[in-house]
Amino acid sequence: MHFDLRKKNLRETNSFLQNIDRKKNQRDFIITNPDGHHAICAGLKNDISVTVKGHTGYYCGGMNQKAKITIEGNAGTGLAENMMSGTIHVKGNVSQSAGATAHGGTIIIDGDASSRCGISMKGVDIIVKGSVGHMSAFMAQSGSLLICGDAGEALGDSVYETNIYIAGKVSNLGADCVEKKMNKFHLKKIDELLKKGNIKKYKANNFKRYGSARKLYNFNIDNVSAY
Amino acid sequence: MCGIVGIFIKNPKLRNKLGVYLSAMIDNMSSRGPDSAGFAIYDSLNNHKMIKYSLCLSDNFNFSTFKKDIKKNFKDLRLKLLSDHLVVTTSAKPEIFINYLKNNYPKISIVGYGKSIEIFKQVGNPKDIVKRFKLNSFKGSHGIGHTRMATESAITTNGSHPYSTGQDECLVHNGSLSNHNNLRRILIKKGKKFDSLNDTEVAAGYISDKLSEKKSLKDTLLDGLKDLDGFYTFIAGTKNGFAVLRDEIGCKPAVIAETKDYVAIASEFQAMAHLPNVSKANIFEPQPGVVYAWEN
Repeated sequence: MHFDLRKKNLRETNSFLQNIDRKKNQRDFIITNPDGHHAICAGLKNDISVTVKGHTGYYCGGMNQKAKITIEGNAGTGLAENMMSGTIHVKGNVSQSAGATAHGGTIIIDGDASSRCGISMKGVDIIVKGSVGHMSAFMAQSGSLLICGDAGEALGDSVYETNIYIAGKVSNLGADCVEKKMNKFHLKKIDELLKKGNIKKYKANNFKRYGSARKLYNFNIDNVSAY
Repeated sequence: MCGIVGIFIKNPKLRNKLGVYLSAMIDNMSSRGPDSAGFAIYDSLNNHKMIKYSLCLSDNFNFSTFKKDIKKNFKDLRLKLLSDHLVVTTSAKPEIFINYLKNNYPKISIVGYGKSIEIFKQVGNPKDIVKRFKLNSFKGSHGIGHTRMATESAITTNGSHPYSTGQDECLVHNGSLSNHNNLRRILIKKGKKFDSLNDTEVAAGYISDKLSEKKSLKDTLLDGLKDLDGFYTFIAGTKNGFAVLRDEIGCKPAVIAETKDYVAIASEFQAMAHLPNVSKANIFEPQPGVVYAWEN
């Protein structure tokens, strides 16, 4: 089924996709002329597949559950924000705060992600084939951020328990973010992510792991005089 | 919030469409700024010897008296009246013409002047404003637009962008500055004059001040990273082109689309979705703290 957003209202389109009749076999949808509209495919909750042909605006695929969304273009700020499950695959670049607070599922970005990629992520797997901007994985709590390219300034600032895997260069690390040892579990996880992203150029041992030094989020009694 | 847009035409064949492109871009950014809108249009490739003064007339302005009076005092005049804005083209030098206006018509506000620039801005819905000023009919080399959601100062024409504080210069801004009062005092001491309490006008004055010291636009904007405290994406226009700068935190958005025919910048991609062949454009987000500039 095909929705042309120059002909059909975005709200009607989203409403239709959010309320798919499970008894029907319709599972594949195409959206054309997205023209950078905001909140395309927000709030989907069924295992359907939607291909968006063009560039999307803010919060594309926000709060997604189960759906597989493919964007054949770039995506604006807040891609897949608060996603719970499912897969979002962007074939171009994405703007700021991709995967913000996302709890689950997978985000695959073929190009670059801008600043604050994975900000406050809570369990999602984010795979970036290009580079990420500054303050990526800021206050990231859980899940994995895999970066094949480079990272901008203050990577992993105030990170909690997200694993950051990166093959390229890191401009600098944010507060409380340190390089960490890689064990079998991590190598296996990278293999899984590379497979999900269909990435053949890299192997698990090309990556370094960064995470929390855990000095910031536990109260240190030596600092008591500061309060 | 505010929306900012700009388009720089590379293919001369598209120059007669500049107004059409820019008006749709401004219209599409209404959602980011419904309070007021404005635009600056440049025609840099024509070698103008005369100077164009963009004036905003007050309510109940007696245009016919003004017309007679001005024709007595200045030769080779051309007048273009659009809504409450009047563009006066004359060979009179700025110090003479501006003084004449200030002494005889203090209620007229001078929105901008230069050999290439024309500026129009007004309170109201951006869609209506571009219609009122017939932006669709404008031709030129590059243009800049703004849709305002007011935060720092009142919703008035004086509080609308673009701000022009020097010949052929203008600035539009998405964001807010926190040290503009202090900077305004410093610039006033240096002899700059300001017409509003707006933060962007101070940034425009800051840029004009540096440019008057023969600094390049790029170096001026890089100095601004140190001296202007706050959030911003700026588009700064000059006679020959424009430059874009985002503050180093990069909270305020911007997208650039470049083809062989044009370069467009906007707060959001949707402002550019109607541009020709935009699907084949090189689309990227300008990096924070980096100056991007295009010039003829």
